[in-house]
Amino acid sequence: MSTLSVAAPAEVRIAGGRWRDDLRAVGMVWRRELIRFRRNRLRIVTSLVQPILFLFVLGTGLSSMISQRLPASVAGGATGSVDFKTFMFPGVVAMTVLFTSIFSAVSIVWDREFGFLREMLVAPVRRGALVVGKCAGGATVATAQAIVMLALAGLVHVPYSPVLIITLVGEMMLAAFAITALGTVLASRMAQVESFQVVMQFVVLPLFFLSGALFPLSGLPTWLDALALIDPLSYLVDPMRRAVFEHLQVAPKLAAIYDHGITWGSWRVPVGLELGLAAVFGVTMLSIAIAAFSKTD
Amino acid sequence: MGSQTVASEELSGAGTGVSSPATNMGGPAVEVRDLVKSYGDLEAVRSVSFEVAPGETFGFLGPNGAGKSTTISMLCTLIRPTSGVAKVAGFDVVSARSEVRRRIGLVFQDTTLDDYLTAEENLRFHAELYGVPRSQAGERIGDVLRMVGLWERRTGIVRTFSGGMKRRLEIARGLLHSPRVLFLDEPTVGLDPQTRSHIWGYIEELRRRESITIFLTTHYMDEAEHCHRIAIIDQGKIVAIDTPEALKGQVGSDRVQLQTHDDDAATMALKEKFGIEATRSEGALTIYVPGGETFVPRLFAELGVPISSVSIARPTLDDVFMEYTGRTIRDAEASQSERNAAQPWIRSSRRR
Repeated sequence: MSTLSVAAPAEVRIAGGRWRDDLRAVGMVWRRELIRFRRNRLRIVTSLVQPILFLFVLGTGLSSMISQRLPASVAGGATGSVDFKTFMFPGVVAMTVLFTSIFSAVSIVWDREFGFLREMLVAPVRRGALVVGKCAGGATVATAQAIVMLALAGLVHVPYSPVLIITLVGEMMLAAFAITALGTVLASRMAQVESFQVVMQFVVLPLFFLSGALFPLSGLPTWLDALALIDPLSYLVDPMRRAVFEHLQVAPKLAAIYDHGITWGSWRVPVGLELGLAAVFGVTMLSIAIAAFSKTD
Repeated sequence: MGSQTVASEELSGAGTGVSSPATNMGGPAVEVRDLVKSYGDLEAVRSVSFEVAPGETFGFLGPNGAGKSTTISMLCTLIRPTSGVAKVAGFDVVSARSEVRRRIGLVFQDTTLDDYLTAEENLRFHAELYGVPRSQAGERIGDVLRMVGLWERRTGIVRTFSGGMKRRLEIARGLLHSPRVLFLDEPTVGLDPQTRSHIWGYIEELRRRESITIFLTTHYMDEAEHCHRIAIIDQGKIVAIDTPEALKGQVGSDRVQLQTHDDDAATMALKEKFGIEATRSEGALTIYVPGGETFVPRLFAELGVPISSVSIARPTLDDVFMEYTGRTIRDAEASQSERNAAQPWIRSSRRR
């Protein structure tokens, strides 16, 4: 055991301190997230269970109730009708992104608990590089997970149109980035793993329920409407829903309810602005996260 | 690469396996002056000063909570000194933090590996973060893995490793970027004696091959004997600093430990009949006398108190610690843990 190989170089190498080094750090932290994701097959499967339950159990229940109640004049007859599961589909994809992103970001707290965070923090690279790598990694993992969900589109009558798929994947990536950044900010404040429950109850679930992922943001009471408008996730769910509805044949009256969108007063916020706001939110969160980790000492 | 095995002859030391330091680099590897760290009213480190020469193995010896980890954390730029100056590899630990970090390797008391990655992936991660050139990284990773005997397990997931293997992997990682100074905080704590001696074999070997300076903390006496020089630290102060031999030489006398049926009477008798002060620790009386083996027969003949057992020992670093602090390391730790129990936050703040 103690026989040692000969002639290792006693070379004196001083590690660099440039942008290139920071980029390598970003790349490596990102790769670590992917390696860990790939290795944890069980997690990939289990994190699909919840969205599938929502879509096929809750969705089926709600859609049969709704189809009995909806007057035929609104439902639009055989050609213009929409299954409620189809309506829920983008919301459930957003949910997959939300939960996976938060979970990836919060793994920082596990890293702290098991000491690996210290290995990262003492490295001679900017803390910002570590945070960017972590967010990029979490976002990639969440997007990959949501793409698996996206594959189920056909089961709820969402067409596999290349334009739609590309649009949705792009929007998922933005959502995954923004939410991972939010999660990283939360993780910087969390001392122990136990706080994860608190984050789930007080942040993630409210974000999810208020976002219009599960019901249309039309005809809501004022208080709920106001809360939905300040929920950043609303601005990520709506563009995805619009993209889906653009590829469906829907009776105008039904579309007015289901694809209601976000309205400020009576003005319907355009997709570009929604995505822009979401991007601003993500970048703001990322900056806060970088600041939080840069001063930890 | 491969033709630079120069320094090994002059360094192959005497029977202890500890060889003399190489002194060709100019300027101390570590330089500390009047370093202080306080947490509120509590002074964890009280004005400590010392220097470590390049190539030296330097040990901080003291009980838990004596200020070892706090000092090492300041040298590694993990915590800021309250006052005083510390330089590592010529760079100030406060004003040139990144410069210092690039030149040091760290092996922490508790493990900081990613359990879900393989041994090789953990090292790859480190190589990327420390900017090891891509062209050299693969070879270097192979080198350090072979050095600690983990080459065959390079694709094993770290979660499946034993405590000793993890510690060896951490040491390998600490060396990966060819640091000038390697800090080892309690490198073998919690490991079995056989693994400990293996790890010491590795440390000594790589110190010679990489010609680096090693700075370690320990509270094991036998471990401190591997060092060229030792600083004995107690309650935040350095009480002695020298080679293990010189420190032991200063004690000068043999240690005799005896168990009697009546410790009080024996203490009195030792004082009256021999003029020797005995100290009581760990349930036995300890006295220091020159020429222990000729003293013991007189003791039996003249003490007048029944003796149940006697042991004689040449001075060890335990005795040195006793000489300078008036207590054994274990006693010091017992009283320290009482203090920590009263103020539990000390421990947590010290570890950050």
